[in-house]
Amino acid sequence: MLTLIAVFAPLVGAILSGVARPFIGKSLAVGTSVLFMLVSAAAGLATLAAGLQHGISGPVRVAEWVSVGSFTAAWSLRQDMLSLAMVAMVSVVSMLIHVYSVGYMSHDKTKPRFFAYMSLFTFAMLMLVTANNLLQLFFGWEGVGLVSYLLIGYWYDKPAANAAAIKAFIVNRVGDVGFAIGIALTYYVFGTISFDKIFAAAPLHVADNYDLFGTTFPALEVIAFLLFIGAMGKSAQIFLHTWLADAMEGPTPISALIHAATMVAAGVFMIVRMSPLINQAPVAMEFITIIGATTALFAGTVGCVQNDIKRIIAYSTCSQLGYMFLAAGVGAYPVAMFHLINHAFFKALLFLAAGSVIHAMSDEQDVRLMGGIARKLPITWLMMLFGALALAGIPPFSGYYSKDAILAAAYAVHTSVGYYGWVCGVVTAGLTAFYIFRLFLLTFHGSSRAPKHVQEHVHESPLVMLAPLIVLGTGALGSGFELRKYFIGADFSSFWGQSIQVPAHSVMTSLDANPNWVTFAPLVLASCGLATALLFYVFVPALPALLSQRLGILYRFLLNKWYFDEIYDVLLVRPALRLAKFAWRFGDEQIIDGVPKGLATLTADASAQTVKLQTGSIAFYAFVMLVGLIAFLSLFLWVR
Amino acid sequence: MTQLGFPILSLITFLPLVGVFLLVTLQGEDELIACRARMIALVTSLVVLALGLYLWDVFDPSIPGYQFNEMLPWLSGFGISYRMGVDGISLFLILLTLFLTPIAIMASGSITRRVRGFFSALLLLETMTVGMFAATDLVLFYIFFEAVLLPMYLIIGVWGGERRIYAAVKFFIFTLAGSLFMLLALIWMWHNAGSTNITTLLHTPIPPKVQMWLFLAFLASFGVKAAVWPLHTWLPDAYGEAPLPGTIMLAAVLSKMGAYGFLRFAVPMLPNAAAAAAPLMFVLGVVAVVYVSFVALAQTDMKRMIAYSSVAHMGIIIIGIFTFTVEGVEGALFQMLSHGIVIAGLFVCTGVLLARGQGLALSRLGGLAAKMPVYAALLMLFSLANVGLPGTSGFIGEILVIVGALKVNFWVALFAATGMVLSVAYMLVLVRAALFDKFTRPQLAGLLDLNGKEYAMMLPLAALVLWLGIYPSSFTHVFAAPVAALIQAHTASLMPHTALAMVTK
Repeated sequence: MLTLIAVFAPLVGAILSGVARPFIGKSLAVGTSVLFMLVSAAAGLATLAAGLQHGISGPVRVAEWVSVGSFTAAWSLRQDMLSLAMVAMVSVVSMLIHVYSVGYMSHDKTKPRFFAYMSLFTFAMLMLVTANNLLQLFFGWEGVGLVSYLLIGYWYDKPAANAAAIKAFIVNRVGDVGFAIGIALTYYVFGTISFDKIFAAAPLHVADNYDLFGTTFPALEVIAFLLFIGAMGKSAQIFLHTWLADAMEGPTPISALIHAATMVAAGVFMIVRMSPLINQAPVAMEFITIIGATTALFAGTVGCVQNDIKRIIAYSTCSQLGYMFLAAGVGAYPVAMFHLINHAFFKALLFLAAGSVIHAMSDEQDVRLMGGIARKLPITWLMMLFGALALAGIPPFSGYYSKDAILAAAYAVHTSVGYYGWVCGVVTAGLTAFYIFRLFLLTFHGSSRAPKHVQEHVHESPLVMLAPLIVLGTGALGSGFELRKYFIGADFSSFWGQSIQVPAHSVMTSLDANPNWVTFAPLVLASCGLATALLFYVFVPALPALLSQRLGILYRFLLNKWYFDEIYDVLLVRPALRLAKFAWRFGDEQIIDGVPKGLATLTADASAQTVKLQTGSIAFYAFVMLVGLIAFLSLFLWVR
Repeated sequence: MTQLGFPILSLITFLPLVGVFLLVTLQGEDELIACRARMIALVTSLVVLALGLYLWDVFDPSIPGYQFNEMLPWLSGFGISYRMGVDGISLFLILLTLFLTPIAIMASGSITRRVRGFFSALLLLETMTVGMFAATDLVLFYIFFEAVLLPMYLIIGVWGGERRIYAAVKFFIFTLAGSLFMLLALIWMWHNAGSTNITTLLHTPIPPKVQMWLFLAFLASFGVKAAVWPLHTWLPDAYGEAPLPGTIMLAAVLSKMGAYGFLRFAVPMLPNAAAAAAPLMFVLGVVAVVYVSFVALAQTDMKRMIAYSSVAHMGIIIIGIFTFTVEGVEGALFQMLSHGIVIAGLFVCTGVLLARGQGLALSRLGGLAAKMPVYAALLMLFSLANVGLPGTSGFIGEILVIVGALKVNFWVALFAATGMVLSVAYMLVLVRAALFDKFTRPQLAGLLDLNGKEYAMMLPLAALVLWLGIYPSSFTHVFAAPVAALIQAHTASLMPHTALAMVTK
């Protein structure tokens, strides 16, 4: 019942604030949305508490959905520990961001629409995490994608926002094709799309094969690959990551809620949710590890040179999601979830603090035009510092616990793929500390580089925006330390119950068994990164410019994000548009329509010729008749 | 006569003719006639819709065969009779027709010339279409099938746009040429079985060699109607030039006649040929999805873009039918309903702009979301349903077809699924060009949001889009029995041993 309230309250709020706005007025519409979100967060926390105290209960069935043959899916809410933890996290973070938005969006003309979208998003996200079958998961999955599209393009008179919104939807859909085919193949192999039945039957289908590309593959490997392609799109992993940085065109609270804390983590959640199936696909798991580690490193390098405050954090999100996949790929699902929850708090914090800065700087987002505002924004400064320390993995902040656990797990599997993941992860830890402190120092310290009129207006944000920051800051400080013993401690399996299945011979028990240098390497590199940032942006400010000149090629390569957008443009976007024009103008109009048109012309020509025979002369007609008669008579006699 | 004691199907079919009669007898001033004609047509279609809903209520979904059968002797010496009946497959197609006719009537605000004639043609079209879906005699079916052409030809040719004559003639010749092949096939089958009763025909075996020829004949006829690629080129012209109500009926209802024909005749009566032709049909379906989506992407006019999108979605339906799986066929049927509603919604959206004196060139629209928020929300909803977003009607059909197709072939499923990406590409381009960015012209800023009549057209469509998407079971449980029977019969007829056993008994 509590779960039901937690999930559906945002939907009611969205409908009321969206549809009833003309009748109840703007502020009441916004208030309704926030109120229902508060209800949802309270119910979300209560249901988690109830689950922890009295044990989890079975799924709540809401209604029938699809039922065709044995392809059946009901609207229902799953209530295992994985779902409950996500429900609590999503509803609380969303509630905080709703509150923050009351301040941040106060000058916006159409803010009920904004709140309606945000509440709708929360509903879709909650449906996703409480899904009890693949189809409802897909419903939530596409639903969050839709609202993400709507919110990226929220300021729809900005062409850049529209382009970014369309790009996000299309790139996500590319991944979703993989997901949809994965669902179909799961149904083909298992004869069901219900989680419990799939999980129970997964070990029985290890030997099943599926023919593809003229070769035979284990069916479960194919399913795992297809599902992961979906996850790559949603979680912006390398090759399908290009939409995330552009998505920063949306309002900042959205970047915090959708593109940091919740939606982009859905890919990780899905892989963890499908763990009993993924465990049976070792090759796919190695692929997940490699993609995750590579994304972490790739996005980390790009983050080091970007200048837009939100884009730096966006690439950081991409990189941190890579860490989570790295953990999932080596079978350390609880660690992936641990980092997911920690990340949700500290990344939402970073985005909201960035929003507070942008708000104070009259919508300026370029870190090169900031600086020296630490004294004017003391609380924002402190909270941003908390977020940065948590992201950089400095103890006792939350990121330290989960990131170290991920790297420990990667090393502990002792496979070449695991070592690759570990090396990428450790290097990324150094890069992460560097870029986030680069951002922090450029934003708050040094002398101000902003225009005069902007400097005069710099002000600390109102309480309604600071309060959520403080709550999230507390989370960034304490969530790692507090949750560690539940999520990945010795008793982790009794905490997660049946909701997560780690593989046999799991690394979960050997996280502390690594050599000392392995354990301390991430912290050492993070400290080095932090020190480099201090050196570059406090002690020798001329150094970065010098380096970027000396290493021009490398700098431009990173600044242009490894040229992914340019390559896709040349290889995919432009050829597709040309093909479209060609298919229409040549294929459809000339060839396919040409044949009937040609026939029509032929008929018209033939009749024009025939008309000429009709001369009107009786004698001519009689003569032709005579010739015809003779011809037929001779034919008749000859044949006979 | 039937379970109900009165011939409900004939009543539904021919009741619109009463409206036509009333229209013909109207007298008075031109403006008065126009106003009254509209009322008469609307009331007639609503009464028929009410009867249709009653039919749904009394329909028993557990029976796989025809219900409410009617039989009158007619040319009995030739084995032909007047037979009507409805099963789970045709029930919703009839209801779709009944539901969309009043919407088409409400959408004909732009018709000011020969109003009586126009509404007569629309009601006549309703009669012919419903009769076609309800006929259970092949000759009767053929007569209705061809008769649909006449009112549609007039609607395009008399009330259409600038190139209406060209479009009308092209439409007429394409469909008629296709239908002639069906007539040949029909005569052969009639000769073979000695009857044109569809139930009898279903149980009359046809030699596999002949089946292939008959199948090709049906393909020519139904393929043109369903706008199967490459027989689709009449469609953008006809959709583009027809007046809005005509476009709605063409896209939403008439295109389903072809798909219905495949499902009712080609697949169950010619099982061997259908199975042999399945790869061909998959290729045609996939080409429709991929190639036509690209063509849609290149369009510069809102109406033509929606028209091409319609062809692309017909590809999904064709793929679904020829998977011969329960999921695929039910998906195809569901997609037929969903497509009818969604495409009608999208065309009504274009009508809203036309009614405000705006053109449909995408480059001359933009920024409408600011002044027309409700319109924007509804256009967005229909667009999302068109791209198959879960929770809307489009998703259910699409995922079922993908699931069914994967049982047959991975690549068919994959290519069918690429429609998910391509449709998003062109629909979002359309939505952006119409609703977002800044106004391209100052006149656009003065447009008003929806009026009462437009609400009356669009809200029922929107409600249905959501109903089909959120609770599809109210529809799928009606097709379940006939589709299961169809698949079972199809599988059985492809197994020579069981067929032999039946013969020896």
